Order: sequence, then C-alpha cells, then structure tokens
Amino acid sequence: MAEFIAMDGYWMYVWPSFGLTLVALIWMIAAPWLRLRRLLR
Amino acid sequence: MSTAAAVVRRDLILAARRWPEFALPPLFLLIVASLFPLAVSPAASVLALIGPGVIWVAALLAALLGQELLFRPDYDDGALELMALSSRPLAVIGTARVLVHWFVTGLPLIVITPLVAVWFSMSPAATQATLIGLVLGTPVLSLVGGIAAALTVSLKRSAPLLALIVLPLCVPVVIFGTRAASLADGGVPADGPLYLLAALLVLALTLAPFAVGAALRISLE
Amino acid sequence: MNWSWFHKLGSPPHLYRIAGGLVPWFGWTALVLVLGGLYGGLWLAPPDYQMGDGFRIIYVHVPSAWMSMAAYAFLAVSAAIGLVWRIKLAELAARNAAPLGAVFTALTLATGSLWGKPMWGTWWEWDARMTSELVLLFLYLGYIALHDAFPERRTGARASAVLALVGVVNLPIIHYSVEWWHSLHQPATITKFGAPSIDTEMLVPLLLMATGFTAWFATALLMRLRVAVVEHERGAAWVRALGVRNG
Repeated sequence: MAEFIAMDGYWMYVWPSFGLTLVALIWMIAAPWLRLRRLLR
Repeated sequence: MSTAAAVVRRDLILAARRWPEFALPPLFLLIVASLFPLAVSPAASVLALIGPGVIWVAALLAALLGQELLFRPDYDDGALELMALSSRPLAVIGTARVLVHWFVTGLPLIVITPLVAVWFSMSPAATQATLIGLVLGTPVLSLVGGIAAALTVSLKRSAPLLALIVLPLCVPVVIFGTRAASLADGGVPADGPLYLLAALLVLALTLAPFAVGAALRISLE
Repeated sequence: MNWSWFHKLGSPPHLYRIAGGLVPWFGWTALVLVLGGLYGGLWLAPPDYQMGDGFRIIYVHVPSAWMSMAAYAFLAVSAAIGLVWRIKLAELAARNAAPLGAVFTALTLATGSLWGKPMWGTWWEWDARMTSELVLLFLYLGYIALHDAFPERRTGARASAVLALVGVVNLPIIHYSVEWWHSLHQPATITKFGAPSIDTEMLVPLLLMATGFTAWFATALLMRLRVAVVEHERGAAWVRALGVRNG
C-alpha cells in the first residue's frame, strides 16, 4: 500500500493531478445541483 | 463597389477631421518600444533579438486601441442603423470601414517602424522582413479586430473585452511575422512565413466581411 | 419518424423533464466508467518501463485534453445551430458547454504542468500542445465574457456564436502555426522520456476514462441546462409548482 501511495517517487505529481481532476469533476456536478436546489427553494 | 467607395470617401474625410485619434497608435508604438531598452537591457545584441517581437506585439496592441471606436460613433448617432436599412450589404460597408481604419492607423504604424528598428539595432534584412510582414499582417489584425468591434459595438465598455477576444486570434500572425524577421536576420530567405502571412490575409479578406456583416446585424437587433 | 419529442425540447418544462430523465443514465454511466478507469489506471496497469508510475498522469491528462477539444467542437456546432435556426436549446447548450470546456482545458494545463515537472524538469514548457491549449483556454474565456456582456441574453448568444465560429476557423491555423513555431525553436531541455509505449492493459483504462469524461460532460451539461431553464423561467407557473413540490 505504501508502495502504491509512493508511485515510484512520483507521488508529488501523480496525486495532485488526480486530486485536481476529481475536484473539477465533482464541481461540474455539484455546482448545478446545488444551484437548482437553491432556485427551487 | 460604389457603396464601398462612398464609405471610404466619407470615412477618410471623418478621419481627417478627427486626426488626433489616429495619431495615437504610432505614438503608442513609439512609447511602448522605448520602454523595452529601459526595462530589459540596452545591449544591442539583446535589443536586436527582441526587436521584431516588440514591434509586433506593440503593433497588435496599437491596432486594438482604435478598434473600440471603429463603429461606435455611427452606432451612437444612428448612422449605422440607416446603413443597415439601405439596400447595400452591411458586409461591404463594414469591410470598407475596416480597411479605411487600417489605412489611417495601420499604415502610419508601418511608416514609423524603421525608426523603431534603428532603436533596436535590427539588421537591414530583419527590418525589411518585419516591414513586409507588417504590410501583410496588420490588415489581418484590423479585419479580426473589425469582427470583434462589430460584435461589441452595442456594449458600453468594450475595450477590455475586445482585447480578450482579439489577442488569442492573432497568435498565428505574430508567430509568422516574427519568424520572418528572425529568418531574415540569420541570412535565410524569409519567403515561407511571409507567404503564410499572405495566405492569412487572403483568408481574412474572404471570410471577415461575412462575419463583420453578421456581427453588425446582430448588434443592431 | 415522429419528431414531436424534438419539438417538445423547445418548451422549457419539457426540456426540464427530459433532461432530468436523462441525467441518471448519463451520470451512472459516467461514474462507473471513471471509477473503472481509475481502478484500471492506478492499480491494474503496469508501470511504464521508462517513467515508472509517473506515467499514470496520462489517465487524467489525455481525457481532459480530449474533452477540452470535443467540448469546443460541441460548443461551435450548437452555436451555429442556434445562430442559423434560432433554436433556444442550442444557444443554451453552447453557453453551458463553455465553462465545462474551460475547466477541462485548465485541467489539461494543470495536469500537463504536473507531468512536465518530472518529465521536462520544469513546470512550464512552451511545448506546442501546451501552448495550443493555453490559447484554447483564452478562446473559451473570451466566448463566455462576450456572451455575458450583453444585457439581452439572446443577443449575447448570437454575438458570441459568431465569435465561436471565427474561433473554429482560427483554431486549426493557431494549432499548426504553434506546432510549426515550436519545431523551429529547439526546446532548451531535453525530454527525459520518449513517448510511452501503450499496451492493451494501459490503453483500456485510458479509453474508459475518455468515454467516462464524455459521459460526465453530458451529465453536467444536462444538469446545467435544467438550471438555466428554471433560471430563465423563474416566476412561471410550472417552476413555482416545482418549488412547492420540492418543499
């Protein structure tokens, strides 16, 4: 597991890449969802 | 064609009356260019290297300066609406006006370029390639800027928006223009990039009138 | 063929309902594909023989780059349809695709930069593709800024549609000019690694991610369309009825 997280020493680049992507993808769904909920209040 | 001639005549007269507006772009180029030796380095080798790039970027920004006022006065006093109501195509009227604008702002810019080239210790070959490049490239900048000006004519403060729209679209012109200069500086024929600039000019002359016409119609809706 | 479903899309309540019905289908597909791609890409795929595990950034970088371009193509086609046939749905689709495309483009630049650090030894390299993506980001932002600058939404949609079409003509020229420019300026740093050789175990997660991102884009777009419809129809009886139902 530690080996998986270390990513051959590239963890400093791999995990931020995936983290940023995840944040962006979640934003794409969450932003309209929250907005719609607020509008319908 | 008589439509275009009439527009050209009228705009030239108007330009002669509002000449300070059109003296600005060359002055702007001179001032911006004079900052670079102060900001970067006065060494001739450095200046000769960055010279064409500085001239091109400054020319691009200078061309932007006047664009905001390209259609604005006619829009504000209703003349544009009358032109749209006439049976003459807006594409022709708009393009004629863009070309006049290039004539009164782009051309003076090119005329003072040799002076800037001297400031930047550019070689005669590089100066020549830059000049030919500007002759071919600045009309493209004017046409692209004309589309953007037609799109934003109904907006109150359009200058920053104009820059955001126009600058990315002008990347190829800047690339080919500066490349021609650096090729010529190295003693290699600069025909390749200059032909590409000519191709861009033909493309812009062919397509931009339609875009300008459509943009003016939308702005007048 | 019965076209009534298509004409119904022009009516806001129907668009709201139809888009709402499609969201779960696209959404679950996107989630399954992306999770599968992540599992395959991070865990199953073997490390690259040159780059080790560093190459795994490809699984977010390349699908983002693909979406950044696909979203612009979608935007331009929608804008053209909206401009020519004055279809409101197409105008809404174009405007709502833009921020998604811009985010994918920014993501491409960010992950490219994170990949560039170990590969090129620098955070930013004026590489041809990175430069093209940067210009693409500017085009997206210019489109959004122009669209929203107009007080009248439909005028903004039509004006920015013209800009989107000018961008379509210009994008290939920008792309090739940048590539040509780059090939002439030898990069100062030497690429440490060659192009990663792709074998099936590496390729399948990449395809999963790419299709997953596409479905994700579709889901987000449909959700944004619903929001846009409700926003523009605020005060209409059917929207008020929705509000009551949702408490």
